[in-house]
Amino acid sequence: MTADILLQAVIGGLLMGLIYALVAAGLSLIFGLMDVVNFAHGELLMVAMFATFSLWQLTGLDPLMVLPLVVVLMFALGVAIYHGLIARALTVQFNRGMVQIFVTFGLGIFIRGLAQFFYGGEFRSITGGMVANRTVQMAGIYVPLPQFAASLVCLGAFALLLVISRTEFGRALEATREDRDAVALIGINRDHIFAIGWGLGAATVGIAGVMLATFYYVSPNVGANFATIAYVTVALGGFGSLGGALVAGLLIGEIEALTALVLEPSLKQVGMFVVYLAVVLFRPRGLFGRL
Amino acid sequence: MEAIPDNAITRRRRNELRCALAVLVVLAILPLPISDVYTQNLIILTLFYAGLSQAWNILGGTCGQISLGHAFYFGVGAYTSTMLFTHLGIPPTLGMFAGGAMGGLMALLIGWPCFRLSGHYYVIATFVVGEIGSLLFLNWDWIGGASGLYIPFHGESWINLQFRTAKLPWHYLFLTFAAATWLVAWLIDGSRWGFAWRAVRDDVVAARSLGVSVFRSKMAAAVISGFFTGLGGALYGQFVGYIDPDSMMTGSLSVLISLPAVLGGVGTLWGPVVGAAILIPVRELSSTFLGGSGRGVDLMLYGAMIVLVALARPQGLVSLLALVRGGRNARTA
Repeated sequence: MTADILLQAVIGGLLMGLIYALVAAGLSLIFGLMDVVNFAHGELLMVAMFATFSLWQLTGLDPLMVLPLVVVLMFALGVAIYHGLIARALTVQFNRGMVQIFVTFGLGIFIRGLAQFFYGGEFRSITGGMVANRTVQMAGIYVPLPQFAASLVCLGAFALLLVISRTEFGRALEATREDRDAVALIGINRDHIFAIGWGLGAATVGIAGVMLATFYYVSPNVGANFATIAYVTVALGGFGSLGGALVAGLLIGEIEALTALVLEPSLKQVGMFVVYLAVVLFRPRGLFGRL
Repeated sequence: MEAIPDNAITRRRRNELRCALAVLVVLAILPLPISDVYTQNLIILTLFYAGLSQAWNILGGTCGQISLGHAFYFGVGAYTSTMLFTHLGIPPTLGMFAGGAMGGLMALLIGWPCFRLSGHYYVIATFVVGEIGSLLFLNWDWIGGASGLYIPFHGESWINLQFRTAKLPWHYLFLTFAAATWLVAWLIDGSRWGFAWRAVRDDVVAARSLGVSVFRSKMAAAVISGFFTGLGGALYGQFVGYIDPDSMMTGSLSVLISLPAVLGGVGTLWGPVVGAAILIPVRELSSTFLGGSGRGVDLMLYGAMIVLVALARPQGLVSLLALVRGGRNARTA
C-alpha cells in the first residue's frame, strides 16, 4: 500500500466524515434539547435529497442554488413534525420513552411509503450542476468536487450552529435544555423552543441531504444506512454534544475509509461499529456526553 | 400502607391462567374449519409473532431493557439448527433447542457489556450489535454468506419438522411456541424474579437498595428472552425452508419482533398476543392487497398505525380490555 493510497483514503474519510457529522448534529440537537431520539432521521435526510432532486429536475436549477429553499422547507417540516406528533408524544403518561421511539419510527416508515408512492423504488441521481462529476487536484491528490463542496458547506453549517448557540435564542435553547420547567418562569415559551429545535434539527440534516444528493444516489431507502451511522456517531460523541458530533463524525469517516482499505468493501462498517462499542464500554456516555 | 391480601394476587393469576386455557382451546379449534391457505398462513404468522414478541417482552417489558437487536438471536437460532441439520443430520426437533441455547448464549455475551449502558445508549448499542452480527453473517462463506442456506426437504415428518403442503402441523407447532412463551412469562410474572425484574425496570436505584442484583436480573431476563427468540428462529427457518441474513437478521426484523408487545402493551402478559393479533394481519393484508403495486401504500398504512396506536394508547391496546373489565367491575360493585 503506497502512501498515496493512504492519503487518498484519509482525505476521502475526512470529507465523508463531515457529512456524517452534520447528519449526527441534527439528531444530537433534538436529543439534547428534549431527550427524544428521532428514529425518522434517515427519512428526513431522504426527504431533503428527493427535494433537491425534484427541484433540479423540474426547474433545472443547480443543486447548490436550491440549498436555501430546501433548508427552509426542512425547517418547516421539522416544526410541523413537532407540533403534529412530538408535542403529543411528550404529554403521554405511560411508557414515554418507548412512545417517542415508536412514534418517530412509525413516522419514518410512513415517509418511506410516501417517497415510494411518488418516486417508486429505483435509484436516481443528479447528473447536472456545477459540481457534478468534476474533480479538483490538490498537491497531487484528486478530490471529487461534489464531496469537497459538501464538506465546505458542512463546515459552514457547523459554524452557523455555533453562532446560533451564542445568540439570545441559543441561550434560551440552552436554558430549556438545562431545565425545561423552570424556563417558563422567566418567560420562555418551552413549546416554541422545542418546535424551533425540531426545525433546526431537520434543517441541519437537510443541508447534509442537499449536499449528499449532488454525488450520492437517491432512493426511498437511502436514509437507513446514514441513520444507523448517525446513531453510532451521536452515541460515540455523546448525546446532545455538538462538538462531540463533529469529532465523532470525523472519526467515523476515517475509520470507515481505513477499514475499507484492509477489509472487503462489504465489511467497511465493521470497524466503526467495533470502535463505537469499545468506546461506550469504557465511556458509557460517549466521548463528550453530559450526564 | 395497606397490605394487599395474598389471595388477591393468586386469584388474579389463576384467572389469567383460566383465560389463557380458554384462548388456547379456541385457537386449537380455530384452524379446523379453515381451508384457505392464505388465511391459514396468516393465523400461523400471527401465532408465531405473538410468541416471539412475548420472548422479547420478557427482557424489554418485564425487565425494561428495550432491545432492538433481537433479530440477531433469532438468526443465530435459525442458523444453528439448520447447520446441525444439514451437516450433522441432527433433526430440528433437537436442533431448535440448540438454536435456543445459542440464542441465550449470545444474549449473555452481548448483555455482559451492553447492560452497563442505560436509556438510549442501550437501545442503540443493541441495534449496533445486531447490525455487526448481520454484517458478519453476510460475509461468512461457510454458512452460505449473502446467498443463504436452503434447508433440504426429507419428506413430511414431525422429527424433521418439515411439512410441505399441510398447514395444520405448523399451526399447532407455533401455537405450542406461543403458549410456551406465554406460560414462561406467566411463571416469571408471579415469581421472585418477576418482582425483581419489574423493580429493575421501574427504579434501578430503589431496586439495588432493596438488595436486588440489577446486573444478574438483566442477564437472567436476557438469557430466557434470547433462548425463546433463538428457538423461534429455528422454527421459522423450518417453516420457510430457506434462511439468509437479509431476511433473518435485519434491524427491521428486530423492530417487528418488539412491535406487537409495544402496541399491545409492554410488560403485560396479553400485550404481545393482542398486539400480534392486530399488527400481523394488518401488515400482511395491506402488503398483499396494497403492496403489490410497489407504491408504498402498505408502508404508509403500517407506519401510520404504529404512530396512531403509540400516541392514542401509550399503555398498549390491552388497556382497552382492562377498561371494559374495569367498567364491568364498577357496575357490579
